[in-house]
Amino acid sequence: MRLWLIVLAMGAGTYGIRLSVLALVHHSALPRTAREALRFVTPAVLCAIVLPAVLYTGPAAAFDAGPGNQRLLSAIVAALVAWSAKNVWLTIGAGMGVLWLLQWAS
Amino acid sequence: MLPSRRTEFLAGVRAQLPLLLGVAPFGMAYGAYAVKAGLPSGLSQAMSAIVFAGASQFVGVRLIVRDVPAAVIVLTVLLVNLRHVLYSASLAPYVEHLDRRWRWLLAYLLTDEAYATAIVRYRGAAPSPYKHWFFLGTAITLWAAWQVSTGAGVFVGTAVPNSWSLDFALPLTFIALLVPMASERPALAAAAVAGLVAVVGFRWPYGIGLIVAAGAGMAAGIALDRALSPSAPAAADVEAGP
Repeated sequence: MRLWLIVLAMGAGTYGIRLSVLALVHHSALPRTAREALRFVTPAVLCAIVLPAVLYTGPAAAFDAGPGNQRLLSAIVAALVAWSAKNVWLTIGAGMGVLWLLQWAS
Repeated sequence: MLPSRRTEFLAGVRAQLPLLLGVAPFGMAYGAYAVKAGLPSGLSQAMSAIVFAGASQFVGVRLIVRDVPAAVIVLTVLLVNLRHVLYSASLAPYVEHLDRRWRWLLAYLLTDEAYATAIVRYRGAAPSPYKHWFFLGTAITLWAAWQVSTGAGVFVGTAVPNSWSLDFALPLTFIALLVPMASERPALAAAAVAGLVAVVGFRWPYGIGLIVAAGAGMAAGIALDRALSPSAPAAADVEAGP
């Protein structure tokens, strides 16, 4: 019973966070700087998720920015494909392809 | 001709499919981890519907089995999920014309993956009065996949070997969504600064590094934007939805 209550509280709080601005606060009530900042949420958050996922690898999630980091090389190829082809499936295909190739070769 | 509700919904479903490549193994890993850690299977599965936020569910399970005080567990999970405030605020102008039921439903379904795909559609040039149907399609696809994959992990176990490295499909998808966005210099600055700070703050507790990184990136974006166009403050307003 106690565990269910904890999970319900986790869920209620998370829902509250998701609801916050979307349903409870009117967007136009936000200060101008905040509205300006919101235009950069997407590139900022996506890059903040991607870069650590690429640079901290292995079972111990050790930092590696060298040429021995297979995920880094794969991500660079994927970024180039994303830039030129602007296609999600091609980007994933290229990135996973390079990663599997490097894993197989090592 | 403008797209119909159905077209938008199905386009949303399709936009989510590449993300499932990374999400499905992650869901199975969560389910398997939760029962292995000693959580009842019913609760492990219910958490996916009640909390519906991958990384924080791992954290929640880890703290529950360590018998950490309830308040600490809940607060830690909420800190890990705090970034959703940014998604909520970022999408708010596009959904404020919708009635309450729509907004409360979309808020429940708001995840990293739904946000990343929906915001691309909202900002896309193709006009449509039904972009919220795209949002619903992409978000509910992720929801269903998360419930099914965590269920598979809870009741069957994980079927995908780590050596396949499918966890890397998720960052790759985000790269595909991020790169075309970074063609404007302020957005590029926001991405670069946020990425660097996130790397520095990777080991900071409670996933706080990600929040600080996002804040730093947004500040960098504003600063460069103002430096480049000091005379046009009106351009700063986000365009409202249809």
